[in-house]
Amino acid sequence: MVLAYLTLIPFLGAVLTKLSTRLGRYSSAWVAILSATLALCLLWAPAQQVWQGSSVVQQVALWVPAMDVNLAFRLDGLSLLFTLMILLIGLIVVIYARYYLSPRDSMGRFYAYLLLFMGSMLGVVLSENIIQLLMFWELTSLSSFLLISYWQQREEASRGARMALTITGGGGLAMLGGFLLLGNMAGSYELSDILLAGDTIRSHAHYPYMLVLILLGVFTKSAQFPFHFWLPNAMAAPTPVSAYLHSATMVKAGIFLLARLFPALSGTQEWTLIVSSVGIITFIMGSYFALSKHDMKALLAYSTISHLGLIVALFGIGSPLAVVAGIFHIINHATFKASLFMMAGIVDHETGTRDMRQLRGLRRYMPHSAVLMVIAAAAMAGIPGLNGFISKEMFLAEVVQHGHASSHPWLLPVIVTAGAIFSAAYSLRIAHNVFFGAEPKDLPKSPHEPSRGMQVPVEILVIACIVIGLFPQLAQPLVTLVADSTLQHAAPEFHLAIWHGLTPELLMSAVALLGGIIVYTKREIFFSLQTHLDGKLDAKMIYNGLMRRLFALSSVITMNADNLSQKRMLWILFVTSIALGAYGFFSGGSPLAGDRPMLPVDPMSAMVAIIMMVAAVSTVIMHQQRFTSLVLVSAVGLGVALTFVKFSAPDLALTQLAVEFITAVLLLLALFFLPQTTPDEQDRLRQGRDVAIALVAGIGIAALSYAVLTRDYTSIADYFIANSISGGGGANVVNVLLVDFRGFDTMGEITVLALAGLGIYAMLDQLKLLSPKQDAEGRPWNPDTHPLVLATFSRILLPLALLVAVFILLRGHNQPGGGFIAGLITSAALIVQYLANGVEWTRSKLPANTHPLIGYGLLVAASTGIASWYFGYPFLTSTFNHLHLPVLGEFELASAMAFDIGVFLVVVGTSLLILINLGMIHQVSYLPRIHKPASGKDAKTSRSQRGSNTLPIPSDTIKQKKGMPWKH
Amino acid sequence: MEALISILIGILTAGGVYLCLRSHTFPVVLGLTLLSYAVNLFLFMMGRLVIGKPPIITEQASNYADPLPQALVLTAIVISFAMTAYIIVLALKARTEMGNDHVDGKEIR
Repeated sequence: MVLAYLTLIPFLGAVLTKLSTRLGRYSSAWVAILSATLALCLLWAPAQQVWQGSSVVQQVALWVPAMDVNLAFRLDGLSLLFTLMILLIGLIVVIYARYYLSPRDSMGRFYAYLLLFMGSMLGVVLSENIIQLLMFWELTSLSSFLLISYWQQREEASRGARMALTITGGGGLAMLGGFLLLGNMAGSYELSDILLAGDTIRSHAHYPYMLVLILLGVFTKSAQFPFHFWLPNAMAAPTPVSAYLHSATMVKAGIFLLARLFPALSGTQEWTLIVSSVGIITFIMGSYFALSKHDMKALLAYSTISHLGLIVALFGIGSPLAVVAGIFHIINHATFKASLFMMAGIVDHETGTRDMRQLRGLRRYMPHSAVLMVIAAAAMAGIPGLNGFISKEMFLAEVVQHGHASSHPWLLPVIVTAGAIFSAAYSLRIAHNVFFGAEPKDLPKSPHEPSRGMQVPVEILVIACIVIGLFPQLAQPLVTLVADSTLQHAAPEFHLAIWHGLTPELLMSAVALLGGIIVYTKREIFFSLQTHLDGKLDAKMIYNGLMRRLFALSSVITMNADNLSQKRMLWILFVTSIALGAYGFFSGGSPLAGDRPMLPVDPMSAMVAIIMMVAAVSTVIMHQQRFTSLVLVSAVGLGVALTFVKFSAPDLALTQLAVEFITAVLLLLALFFLPQTTPDEQDRLRQGRDVAIALVAGIGIAALSYAVLTRDYTSIADYFIANSISGGGGANVVNVLLVDFRGFDTMGEITVLALAGLGIYAMLDQLKLLSPKQDAEGRPWNPDTHPLVLATFSRILLPLALLVAVFILLRGHNQPGGGFIAGLITSAALIVQYLANGVEWTRSKLPANTHPLIGYGLLVAASTGIASWYFGYPFLTSTFNHLHLPVLGEFELASAMAFDIGVFLVVVGTSLLILINLGMIHQVSYLPRIHKPASGKDAKTSRSQRGSNTLPIPSDTIKQKKGMPWKH
Repeated sequence: MEALISILIGILTAGGVYLCLRSHTFPVVLGLTLLSYAVNLFLFMMGRLVIGKPPIITEQASNYADPLPQALVLTAIVISFAMTAYIIVLALKARTEMGNDHVDGKEIR
């Protein structure tokens, strides 16, 4: 479990940093430091085991056992190395960023993102299950997106972040495909199994596809050619982010995966060809382009690309010693590149620019920084005595070895030496150009040494460069451990040392360094060459072009499907459904009617059905008269309720009745603000076409219903009926289904209901609806809205109605009823109060704000579900007991009852929220006319007041017959 | 009876489809209401037509109507109420913002 906790800590830290910002600006930095330190402490015990040569695999939980996806963590030499890099360099970057960020930047947000990224990275390197690994892999893409776009107001930051996300996200998608294939081949998604199944995997017919897919993921993440261009664009990130993500972690995730899967995938021709050639091309291309970048960070970005290419090439060559060299270079690159990025940040921070055409001679102002920079750059160039030298020598040796096997043994070493020459030249440039030469002029800030807090992190790393460079044997045990676990067998004897005698690689190194000095002095040639090449054959341009085309294509598709006409979209939808349905009908070939015996038609049912049909048809015919059609459609609704009664569905009938009432009130309210008639549509041809579609759709549905109704079927209902009382403790199976068997569905449904209510509330907020002062014929609306009889009786009826609602709620588990119906009845009873007495009066008696009701409802429903966890049962398991209460009789006390109360509260809250808010707009719109709002405690007084105040309606409004009443 | 109910559902559907294809908001809302009646009835009928056997377990009754479609339709009724409310308020909002009650906010020819 300890590895799981270790991964979890940064995520928890991310939450805490955001919260801790209240305690002061720097508290979030402390949280980040503590998180990384705590994780390091937790690492101690398992690291001990790994050091002794065993790998630690911890199964945490079954996640999707049916698909062999589990939560499991693994620590061995390779993941130990990466975990150490993530945590140690993370810690250093955290300290550095504390001094780097300006007071304008939000520290809490920065550290929250950084910790999020740290946790995701730990997840990648510690995962035992590759699906879980992929999940964390995607999380690194997402969190790096957040980090790159940290300065959200900058255009290039969001552009760079988007590009990085597109490329690495696309790679992740390819990798998912590759992992699925890989898991299929190995018969397991666990790394322990995959690493042992190398032979099976390599001989599998799908091996090449799987390899290409996984390598796509690796190459996009590690910025390999031709996907390298996102990395320079990601330099819009704050420099600590670049130092962390683009030296030691994010881009190394691809390398990690290459090393992780090395025993399973490597050793084939495809592997060697693809991986080594991509690596070599990237190495040379990166080092060439790095030289002519004038921005320090851009230079470092290309140099990172180049060094990643070097490591990839080593894994591509694939001999055990090449792997050892690759691992050693991973460590060395992380140390010198992180320090160089931080140095670039220091220069930027203290001078205000990173442009090397402006920067020069800074050693006069920042002598200490100059020393650090020179050492780090020398390590990157591969000067003897520093760590970069040793791993670069090993690389060159492997290239020479590998070249021997080909037909032109000299070709590869020459190409690589050319790359190394540029590598030395750009290293020289970043140190010499910035810190040496003439006096700097026109810098945005006057340069000076940075605060110690920014220098110390760099010093730690630079000292590491020197120590490893002088005493490489110190790194020997770690590299051996990592190499053993990468190869899955003991690495061959090797010896990390500075001096190996006069070897070809030493000659190549010497040529590279001398050549580098010459190239650097003649750098202007390359600059002018680069300005000529600028804008041609640029991978970024190709990417942008592709993206533009993709957007154009998708907008063409969208505009074809959606020409901003709802009619047309619905038309397409209906016609497609009809066509698909018709195809099913005519291709099946079975008769329309089945052999289930039909029920006889009784006169009453026939009458109701005919009334419904007539009402429906009249609704359509008279739809231009909106009020009439509303009444007619309500008649259909009542008919539906009767149908439910007839066919043994009392719960549905009750629900339908209550909903019908509320809907009618709602539509009437809304209709008040809308035109009372619909203008005639002139286009008879279109109308005819719509009639045809409607008829075909109707006939199709009727035929389908008939075909279904005349056939027998098997249902899973028997289970619910048999277990309703024993399992759910209720006799009303429909209600038990809602609150018990399918409680989770209901939970989702009341959430949807609540969201719809809140959405409506949001739409009505600030909405100014001007109500018409007269109807379509110019007659003024009757302001006497609250007839006395209705008002009086509604008040008497309220307690009775509420009692009925409570009764229906309580009995719902055994008799028709339940939360939904009781909620609707309660709302109906309360809405009647609003109708009869007016919004103002009712609002003074009842709380108008029903948001809390919705919230409590959801809370009650969810906590009943969660309560069952407490007793060790799955979410929403219910329990029940029978009580005997006087008067009420046998009474059921089920935990599902609490859930039903939650449902009840949400239904009441939502329906009232909708209607009250619409009603209040109505009231507000009345105010100009009713000078005194009806807020009096006594209905009589307010009525008499209104009576005297509402009569004088300006005569011009009455005359304004054809004016648009809502546009006053 | 089965034929009668099928025709009823067919007519409700036809009316709903026709009204949904109108170009002003209020008829479309009515059309959606009719369509949701049709859909709810159709779903409900998947349990076949059973008379006088509500799914409430008693000692006397031996078989019951299928409770599953009923439970589904019960929530569907409530959700379609929420949907109708949402759409009608959307129509009101559109009316205020655009000055007309055309479904697309303007006449498209």
